[in-house]
Amino acid sequence: MIKIRNLTKIFTDGHREVRALDDVDLEINQGEIFGIIGLSGAGKSTLVRCINMLERPQAGVVTVDGTDITSLKGRALRTARQRIGMIFQHFNLLSSRTVFDNVAFPLEITNTPKQEIKTRVLELLELVGLEDRSDSYPAQLSGGQKQRVGIARALANRPQVLLCDEATSALDPETTTAVLDLLQDINRQMGLTILLITHEMPVIQQICDRVAVIEDGSIVENGPVLQVFTAPKTRQARRLVRGVIEIDIPQELLERSANGKQNLLKISFIGASAGKPIMAELMQRFPVTVNILFGRIDQIKDTPFGTLVVELSGDAPALQEAWQFLTQQDLQVEVL
Amino acid sequence: MHTKRTECGFRQTLRSIVHSIIGTSAAGVMIAIATAVLLLSIRTFNPTIQHLLWQATGETLYMVGVAVVLAELIGLPLGIILVVTEKGHVLANALINRILGIVINIGRSVPFIILMVAIIPFTRRVVGTSIGTTAAMVPLTVAAIPFVARLVETALKEVDAGVVEAALAMGASPLQIICKVLIPEALPSLVLGFTITAVNLIGYSAMAGAVGGGGLGDLAVRYGYQRFRGDIMLLTVAVLIVLVQIMQSFGDWAAERLSKK
Ligand SMILES: Nc1ncnc2c1ncn2[C@@H]1O[C@H](COP(=O)(O)OP(=O)(O)O)[C@@H](O)[C@H]1O
Ligand SMILES: [Mg+2]
Repeated sequence: MIKIRNLTKIFTDGHREVRALDDVDLEINQGEIFGIIGLSGAGKSTLVRCINMLERPQAGVVTVDGTDITSLKGRALRTARQRIGMIFQHFNLLSSRTVFDNVAFPLEITNTPKQEIKTRVLELLELVGLEDRSDSYPAQLSGGQKQRVGIARALANRPQVLLCDEATSALDPETTTAVLDLLQDINRQMGLTILLITHEMPVIQQICDRVAVIEDGSIVENGPVLQVFTAPKTRQARRLVRGVIEIDIPQELLERSANGKQNLLKISFIGASAGKPIMAELMQRFPVTVNILFGRIDQIKDTPFGTLVVELSGDAPALQEAWQFLTQQDLQVEVL
Repeated sequence: MHTKRTECGFRQTLRSIVHSIIGTSAAGVMIAIATAVLLLSIRTFNPTIQHLLWQATGETLYMVGVAVVLAELIGLPLGIILVVTEKGHVLANALINRILGIVINIGRSVPFIILMVAIIPFTRRVVGTSIGTTAAMVPLTVAAIPFVARLVETALKEVDAGVVEAALAMGASPLQIICKVLIPEALPSLVLGFTITAVNLIGYSAMAGAVGGGGLGDLAVRYGYQRFRGDIMLLTVAVLIVLVQIMQSFGDWAAERLSKK
């Protein structure tokens, strides 16, 4: 749906040059929720803004649904933008317009007939659950409600793509979850492609299918969220993942394990295997004792993801067999 | 139920107008004195003077009213151009922006009394005469245009850049952004600017006597100063104070009503 090739954007700030994007390649599929995560200043905003040409790149091509956006100007660019919805961290609603008129705004831009505007706006307000706030002004709404208006407004012209620039960063965790749920519903109901940028890992964890990690204007890692979360390849990705699903193992346990007497294992269960009684089977089949030190289950989008830290004890051959058994299962085992 | 609410709203409105007129203590004292002088004198002065006063008030309102509307009509687009031609804005154009900025600065730096005399040929061409109330309107308008342009510029610059960006992202054209985003979002500030212009023009209009424009300022100078009629001077000043207070209060109130922030 969105193809980004060799995208480079340099800002000249006085005499200093800032390479906000450095030769970025990315592909976002139809109907997926794609996340881009990175620290502040990594170039995330610049990247989304290059997708609707709010920012013109020095080099590279961006195509949205087959149209080369980078080659467009004037009216053609405006028409293309009408098919790309965008929501913002600070909502950017018109303070002089009511909720209804804010959602009507993009429809006025496209010269939609009045009657049609009315039906469409009411339909959208119902979708985002704000039917009863239609006559309120943005100043009278909470942050979550404002973002719902932003979402309704972004969807008004039935876009193919929705760009979200830190759309939940100004919201509290509960409201964030509600807004993300709404985005996911919209993604499922309409098959809308969503590109979401954030510096918050839980946002990616909750609704994204795939994720790219950006640092200093470059994509350093890119893959399915489950893969990046469970097996981050780069230092940057590991740092982001840590704290969300990584666990800190007490130093004392690690030292005990280093003595060689015990086997300290970290076992990760992904998806269906999270439900299997593998530990029970292990103890029945092999003469080993399993001491569970730590366990938790996380959810990455719709996939349960379990982590277990266990201490295995027994004689050497038994441990060897138990290890063999574990590695044959549909899970990841790591010796700590 | 509904009528009651409206009545309440109206009464509240009246109260807020009255309140803001006499709100600040210094202004309140002045207003009180001015009104007292006014009420006393209207009964004691002879009909000729009363007539003069009414006529001068009419002239001032006429000059200032027409000039402020004309200046707004021309100054508003200029202010808009100043903003949208700025670097990074929807119709960025460094050349136009620079030239317009310089012209406006020149306009603003010429003292009114000099401007009034300097543009006499222009005035004559526009209204057919260079003396009288109508003739005084021309320099008043010309002087107010750059002033209005700067006030409009300031007001539009207050509009959140994010909102303009959102409109751009939705595919709005520059004209749509001006008409549907910049002006409506800046409306309360624009109304305040309009008020400031009107009040300032009342001050300028006092100098209109120099071209036979009449008005309250002229009356004060001719009778109060040149003929040593301190009472008339005081009277005209009182009328001016009341006029200015009413205008400012109305402007404040309108801006407050329009603001949805
Ligand atoms: N308009 C601009 N002018 C100059 N530098 C900019 C501009 N916009 C962004 N930058 C710089 O580009 C880099 C990336 O910024 P941005 O894309 O906003 O990062 P993020 O959204 O990931 O926090 C930063 O170093 C920032 O200072
Ligand atoms: Mg950003």
